[in-house]
Amino acid sequence: MAETISLTLKIWRQKNSNSRGYFETFEMKDVDVNASFLEMLDILNETLILESKDPITFEHDCREGICGSCGAMINGEAHGPIKKNTLCQLHLRDFKDGETLVIEPFRAKAMPVLKDLMIDRSSFDRIMAKGGYVSVKTGSAPDANSIPVQKEFATKAFDAAACIGCSACVAACPNAAAMLFVSAKVSHLALLPQGQIQRKERVKNMVDQMDAEGFGNCSNQYLCEAACPKGISVENIARMNKDYLSSKLGE
Amino acid sequence: MTKHKTSPQLDSKIPSGPIDQKWEKHKFDMKLVNPANKRKFHVIVVGTGLAGASAAASLGELGYKVSAFCFQDSARRAHSIAAQGGINAAKNYTNDGDSIHRLFYDTVKGGDFRAREANVHRLAENSVKIIDHCVAQGVPFAREYGGLLDNRSFGGAQVSRTFYARGQTGQQLLLGAYSALMKEVNTGSVKMYPRTEMLELIIIDGKARGIVYRNLVSGKIESMTADAVIMATGGYGNVFYLSTNAIGCNVTATWRAHKKGAFFANPCYTQIHPTCIPVKGDYQSKLTLMSESLRNDGRVWVPIKKGDTRHPNQIPENERDYYLERKYPSFGNLVPRDLASRNAKYVCDEGRGVGATGLAVYLDFSEAITRLGQDAISAKYGNLFDMYQRIAGTNPYQEAMKIFPAVHYTMGGLWVDYNLMSTIPGLFVLGEANFSDHGANRLGASALMQGLSDGYFVIPNTLGNYLAQTELSPVQDQHPSIKEALHDAKTKIDKILSIRGKRTVNDFHRELGLLMWNEVGMSRNKEGLTKTLKRVKELREEFWENVIVPGSGESLNQNLELAGRVADFLEFGELMTLDALKREESCGGHFREEMQTEEGEAKRDDANFCHVSAWEFNGVNKAPSLHKEALEFENVPLSTRSYK
Repeated sequence: MAETISLTLKIWRQKNSNSRGYFETFEMKDVDVNASFLEMLDILNETLILESKDPITFEHDCREGICGSCGAMINGEAHGPIKKNTLCQLHLRDFKDGETLVIEPFRAKAMPVLKDLMIDRSSFDRIMAKGGYVSVKTGSAPDANSIPVQKEFATKAFDAAACIGCSACVAACPNAAAMLFVSAKVSHLALLPQGQIQRKERVKNMVDQMDAEGFGNCSNQYLCEAACPKGISVENIARMNKDYLSSKLGE
Repeated sequence: MTKHKTSPQLDSKIPSGPIDQKWEKHKFDMKLVNPANKRKFHVIVVGTGLAGASAAASLGELGYKVSAFCFQDSARRAHSIAAQGGINAAKNYTNDGDSIHRLFYDTVKGGDFRAREANVHRLAENSVKIIDHCVAQGVPFAREYGGLLDNRSFGGAQVSRTFYARGQTGQQLLLGAYSALMKEVNTGSVKMYPRTEMLELIIIDGKARGIVYRNLVSGKIESMTADAVIMATGGYGNVFYLSTNAIGCNVTATWRAHKKGAFFANPCYTQIHPTCIPVKGDYQSKLTLMSESLRNDGRVWVPIKKGDTRHPNQIPENERDYYLERKYPSFGNLVPRDLASRNAKYVCDEGRGVGATGLAVYLDFSEAITRLGQDAISAKYGNLFDMYQRIAGTNPYQEAMKIFPAVHYTMGGLWVDYNLMSTIPGLFVLGEANFSDHGANRLGASALMQGLSDGYFVIPNTLGNYLAQTELSPVQDQHPSIKEALHDAKTKIDKILSIRGKRTVNDFHRELGLLMWNEVGMSRNKEGLTKTLKRVKELREEFWENVIVPGSGESLNQNLELAGRVADFLEFGELMTLDALKREESCGGHFREEMQTEEGEAKRDDANFCHVSAWEFNGVNKAPSLHKEALEFENVPLSTRSYK
């Protein structure tokens, strides 16, 4: 017989962006500890559906920690208590029997709640559209090995590129800043030779869009780095600020 | 050998000439749309994974007006993102004898001679340009200390031609394609429609002219017309309920296009990936893949003795059976996926499987750790080992991983000609959603290659050829075909919501999946398939009488979305089973127990089945019509695959 766990869930319910939210309490009894956190929500939803009640809406897709769809605050921690982890990779063995979990959506003015735990992160796409790319047309590239990249920079660029765009950094930040996300995107290309040509223009346009979306500013709390499932470093924020300043001064 | 006759509806339009000149010649022969005219054409792209995003971005660059749809909240989240291992390209940077011809050869052979030679050759040609383009975009591929690109080997090949980005090649390539897409969004040539789901294809005068889609936030059902529709909507692996696919992956777009006239080819070809984390319990919602690249250094084994329950570290070398190395000495642990999976099943069927369920084999790194050191192994596979430990709860540096095959990829899909156009003019199908390049078995690191080849380098050429020579009259909003498609979509949703029965959508899906896994999974037989045909139909009937979906269609309703997809799987599952029943041979991932050699290897029947099976829809509960496209092998002679 598998080991089981019982939990009390206080889950944020909100019908749509315009309605007021509230917490609803559910008792989960004897769930297998090997079930993932989202599988526990599946089990809860099956019960709600059979009672003709509205199941909990939550974003999820790959359920292997790479698509960046899922995310929620559990007892105030983005993606829950395990470091460098996404909500979908959280398992019930990570909790204590009898624990109460307060489950809320990631909150920020620039990322409104759509329903229950699901939020609108389209602001991230709009920031990306302002410059998160190298403007190379299909078919025009030189041979891949004609662009050597020093391994040290390749590794740092990769570390930044590992961002999955989940927005836990925004949710964890007391200012609801998106600087870890934006700086990861900026740094990925700023560290590579391919990204140099548009480096200044890129950082300026992306940061300006970030501000226009209503995200806050960084006050060096580093809670973003602590919450990041992919361990993106705040060093990227310093790099972005430096690049932003120099691009503005160059105007 | 019997010469097959190709059905007149299936003109593959393969260009004439030697295999290595067909694509170049075709590119010259194709009609062009002049640059100033491109902006007058509106193209719909459904799906924004590698194939869809690369297509939408490239078409936008050319000047076409593009509308791109995805059900996720952002194009960047499509399931291509989860591909771990790598992407093949015939660069021969490793000086180990690779070439376009060898990649072509390996892919045709790996597909067990059920793919179209001309398409595969084009894929191999494009592979080198894909790497160039992705590197220029800033995709952070693994590099050597000298700053140049690193390669590794993968199953089914004896050269190192796989480019990789740690264990997240899919994410990095998708972010590259997504960034190109965002660039085109910024210029205004592409408009994104995230959180939308295509429900119907609009056909006017016999041509694909638009789609009906549901806004998943507001629930509103709308239509959009265009000059052509491109579907890059992925595979149907979730018909098995448990698979390595993302939860949202579905057959809905392709199935609904099929119901409007697009033939569905080889639906029985599914790939069962050998290295996944085994099933734990009945609450399980998905399976997680461990990259095939692990087989480069991991050794697969089970105890020699049946029912040996000792801890793996307690089982001495001479009591272990490294069955892949034993049976296939020249490829060893790197045999193609279908062989690796089937052999895992065999040893488990013999009672030598391990773990609580007996449905697992070991993948052991102890020898590699001794040889290379833990740091070297961690640098190569660190994130995969971490992921394994998160899910399975044991440390793979200290004890062997437990793995078992799981559904991973589907080689079948909508039939397309050489131009990637389906049997409906104006409907193009790209990536996993089409059937074309992998035959009956896909080699590792070839899915990313195909998605990007289709999107970056094929469709930008072939779409223009279609538009340049097709009469496309303007479409009025009130056209009866649009009204009908809107009506069909709404009626289906209303019907689902009105049933208010006693079984959940998930419950139906789980039963369907288990049935398909047991009878239409790793090995299949006539009796099981016949039984399954009947059972799927019964289950479908029960669904339409007894499913419960709360809420309304006029708001965000995830369970309703799922219900629509499962309803389609319940129709599709029947076709898949029928295709498996009618293909009375074993080839690649399709293993019919009645057709095997004395050694238990797949036995192909080239005299009778060297063809593509393309099915035409005749109505739900009506028998579909089978059309055949004969396959000819002029460059890679038909032979029995051997990896011994």
